Amino acid sequence: MPSPANESKRGKLRIYLGYAAGVGKTFQMLRDAHDAVRAGVDLVVGYFETHKRQDTLALAEGLEVIPRRPIVHRDRTFAEMDTDAILRRKPQLCLVDEFAHTNVPGTERAKRWEDVLVALDAGISVWTTLNVQHIESLNDTVFEVTGIRVRETVPDWVIKQATEIQLVDVTPEALLNRLRRGAVYTGDMALKAVESFFREANLRALRELAMRQTALEVQVRQQEYDLATASAVPSVATDSNLAQAPSTARENILLLVTPDPVTAMLIRRVRRVADYLHANCLALYVHREDHFGEVPFEEREAVEKHLNFARNLGIETRIVQGQNVAKTVADFARRNQATQIFLARPLLRTRSSLFRGNLVRDIIRLAPDLQITVVTTRETET
Amino acid sequence: MKIFLGYASGVGKTYRMLDEAHRRKERGEDVIVAACQPGAQAEIRTLLDKLEVIPTLRTSLGEGLHMDAIIRRKPAVCVIDPLAHKNPAGFPNAHRWQDVEKLLDQGVSVLTAVNLLHIEELRDRVEAITGKHTNETVPREFLVHADEFVIVDVPTDLALERLGENGGSPGISSDRERKLSELREMALVLAAEVAESQLEHYLVAHGIAQTWGVHERILVCLTPRSNGEAMIASGARNKQRFHGELHVVYVRQPRLSHADRERIQWFLSQAEEAGAEVHTLEGDDPVAVILEYARQKRITQIFVGHSKRGDWLSRLWPGPLGRLLREAEHMDVRIFPH
Repeated sequence: MPSPANESKRGKLRIYLGYAAGVGKTFQMLRDAHDAVRAGVDLVVGYFETHKRQDTLALAEGLEVIPRRPIVHRDRTFAEMDTDAILRRKPQLCLVDEFAHTNVPGTERAKRWEDVLVALDAGISVWTTLNVQHIESLNDTVFEVTGIRVRETVPDWVIKQATEIQLVDVTPEALLNRLRRGAVYTGDMALKAVESFFREANLRALRELAMRQTALEVQVRQQEYDLATASAVPSVATDSNLAQAPSTARENILLLVTPDPVTAMLIRRVRRVADYLHANCLALYVHREDHFGEVPFEEREAVEKHLNFARNLGIETRIVQGQNVAKTVADFARRNQATQIFLARPLLRTRSSLFRGNLVRDIIRLAPDLQITVVTTRETET
Repeated sequence: MKIFLGYASGVGKTYRMLDEAHRRKERGEDVIVAACQPGAQAEIRTLLDKLEVIPTLRTSLGEGLHMDAIIRRKPAVCVIDPLAHKNPAGFPNAHRWQDVEKLLDQGVSVLTAVNLLHIEELRDRVEAITGKHTNETVPREFLVHADEFVIVDVPTDLALERLGENGGSPGISSDRERKLSELREMALVLAAEVAESQLEHYLVAHGIAQTWGVHERILVCLTPRSNGEAMIASGARNKQRFHGELHVVYVRQPRLSHADRERIQWFLSQAEEAGAEVHTLEGDDPVAVILEYARQKRITQIFVGHSKRGDWLSRLWPGPLGRLLREAEHMDVRIFPH
């Protein structure tokens, strides 16, 4: 992350957010690029994906494109973005399609968003495109809505780096027409698409999600502006004074990490809630053993995975020792002025979870002075 | 009918709409323009030049759609911009949206654009931010019932630049942009709500049962001995922050003391004031009644309170609270201290 000192030299990130392939993100980005070029901005196209869409191809004409770099992997040649060439060229602004893309093995960085961060650090502003289902903290919601577990995700802390997020909207009817006309995918792929991810109900739900997410991102950036200027414009647009008054006191959410796989879902849920409430959050793991290193390997591995995941979503983590887990959690919460504790009902009925007994019940009993949220087990893949 | 919604002038509604009109014409649809504000943008004028225009009727008091000419011409698609327009005296309808309804009845499809400022139900809130007053409005329902609607979104600095003002650096960089940003958020939330209504209509029409929600719906369950004020206040704050819904229920309990009845009444009036949907429910099994209500309304978070009597929870576990936790599927349960 950048230090405040070099903040001004760092490039700015704009994300064109959509709810599916074919809504027109790339098209909109390229159109805006021509405006920028006319306004005198030194701009290059670092990577763009046409999917052989003719109108998109035509729009790229006249823009400087940095050639892709061939990468050979398992006897096949892939063309990835040439980040080094972009850094050498050092434009003011670089267009990079498909923010969530996973680079082929053999590329310097695993994810395209990592390449983008490198460009931003080098003082190059970036415009990129992203679909809402690739936002990590929305992964469970997207799964519930579509039944599809999206694997390529971008961590929330990366999305927070964006100075601007712009929603690219199109009606589901128009998108489905584009699909049927073969304007998004061709042949069999188009047919498959309509039957799976592109089912109309899915599209409608994802669209609502993209709108709500953009509204949230806009709200978060207003809050940041208010904090930075400390001249908080009174928000006259809210419908209740009741809702306004306590908003000055920031909420502190504490979430409890366990080896149970349900923890991943708990972390995502807390991230969502904290984003909406502008709350701080902290993930806590309590072990009974004297040292974390003495925790059985499998359990330790699962916990470390969850703690890493929490950090990836911008949540601080703590590991503490305590014989009585429930009591340790309650004490820790009070000491750290947590206003809410978030717990998940365990998914696994393993020996160790039986041994832990009913942790949720014990914490509720021991901390009647704290707000405790027991998060539902949203469907998880098995 | 297809409506393009924007949070302010300069976001590009007109361009998007005319661009679509033009593409439809290229695909062979019979498209005409019945009203349009050309503005200063060259791109818009170029598009307009390629389309057939039926000029508006002008009187000394103002202008309105030339309805007779449009109906005689009977195009497949008609572009009308802006939607929120008050016809001057002498025209059959007071509002342009009424003209649009007439055209739709005649089998003419309409492409039209509306600015957030003109949505009847939001007018006061927008006015409080911008200080601008308008008496040209369109009811919110009009959007919900549109066959299609699109939100045209753009960062605030770009919107300012398109209006010929200095947008500053990317991101919010002035109080003026901060205000615009608030309008932008409001438009996005409105769009999400409309999208949700349309999703529900779609699901009902196709007989799809749906249990998930991308939209937060909070249910506060009151008992006389719970900390109702705190729960309602938190519910109201969550509703506002999540752009969600707030429901407050009380399951009627027999043999309440006078003081308890008064407390419940007080809580319920607080809930009304906070803009909640308030219900008193009946039933012998409070947990079942609450869960039934929650499933019906697709609640995502249930708020319950610890009772004042300290031993309630331990004595009754796995009693009501334990049961609620076990049976509340697809819902988070938040327990409030007393």
